[in-house]
Amino acid sequence: MRSISIRLLVQTTVFTAALLAAHGSDGASRAPAAGGDVQAKIEYCMDCHGHQGQGYHGFLTMPRLAGQTSTYLENQLRAFLEGRRDRNLFINMARVHGLSPAMRAAVAARFQGLNPPVLGGGPRNLAAAGAKIYEEGVPEANVPACSACHGPAATGQGEIPRLAGQLSSYTVRTLSTWNRDRGAAAEGENPAAVMAPIAHNLTPNQIAAIAAYLSNLR
Amino acid sequence: MTNARAQIMKFVKLASIILAISVFAGGQLRAGELLPARNCTWCHGTSGQGYMTAPRLAGQRYEYLEKQLLDFGNHTRDNPFSVQYMWDAVAYLSPQTARDLAFYFSTLPPKAAGDGNWDLAPIGQAIYAEGIPEQNVVACAVCHGPDAEGVRDIPRLGGLSYTYLKRRLDQWGEGFHSAAQLPMPFIAGKLSPSDIEALASHLSFVR
Repeated sequence: MRSISIRLLVQTTVFTAALLAAHGSDGASRAPAAGGDVQAKIEYCMDCHGHQGQGYHGFLTMPRLAGQTSTYLENQLRAFLEGRRDRNLFINMARVHGLSPAMRAAVAARFQGLNPPVLGGGPRNLAAAGAKIYEEGVPEANVPACSACHGPAATGQGEIPRLAGQLSSYTVRTLSTWNRDRGAAAEGENPAAVMAPIAHNLTPNQIAAIAAYLSNLR
Repeated sequence: MTNARAQIMKFVKLASIILAISVFAGGQLRAGELLPARNCTWCHGTSGQGYMTAPRLAGQRYEYLEKQLLDFGNHTRDNPFSVQYMWDAVAYLSPQTARDLAFYFSTLPPKAAGDGNWDLAPIGQAIYAEGIPEQNVVACAVCHGPDAEGVRDIPRLGGLSYTYLKRRLDQWGEGFHSAAQLPMPFIAGKLSPSDIEALASHLSFVR
């Protein structure tokens, strides 16, 4: 009898502590009512993009989101919603993402804060050639240095995405299909328009080299 | 009463497996057939189309087949039938033979089992193509491909039997095979029993 009541007391204490801890960590950054929804949605994102946002090689390549700038992530989610991204994909990403505008910021902030090891995957023997293009561009093909905008360590800033650690097959596909998948302009200025001539002027070998370099970059 | 019926069913299953072995196991090797493959086809069917609890191997991705053989060997694939049948079956398999067998079965033309509930197939198709975003269930198609054809070590699902697909989805959700570090336990755990019936039905008809 006595042991049962002690056990009950311990269980109640542990449960209450867990409840308080969960509430404390949630309540600081967002409305308590939406807390559980956002956490479930983030886990849903992670079912495809990796449980630390490290990316995943499925039939499609799910890009690495960890460490990505939150502005870029929010812009992309909006671009999917407005039909400006990957319109020729066999799947409607806006429908699949299923994010309410209120959730976007919280989801983007969470992924920006993650920093798991990179998956790598790009052939290392191409990385040196990729680094050269990244830092110097390809002057004869009118390709500027990637580092000029994306930063010397490819960490990006604001609406300019982080590229370091991105899965190589994702970078290859993005640069190879730029006009088809990202060419649709938003209302007003499209910050991504600057990439169209660059992607167009790169050869497949150069794209593979850049992607290999970035995939191994921490 | 139920116990007696279960015993009878068990006997019937065992008898049909023995019958299958005695009917199919003999005969000369056909062109391209591997001798060690006979050990597989006793249960998985002479043309690898699957038989009762043994899933279809024909047309499966060879990297997937090879990886499963390795996972049986290192006991990471730990669902009941794997433990019961496959752990011992692969215990003395060399890596090279595993690769040869995987390649052999991947080249056989698959047939769709078609044993699901046709009326549920449209619901399953929608889940396959788009997931259930409101329930945070991801779309199967992003990893398994638009036609459920699989890629690399991600398995082809189209045309596998309803019973096998349902059992695997149930077991993912129950935590089996979780040591493989795959997303499936998280995903399958969010599917309701009726979602699983619909998905398995749809996939059983995919050619």
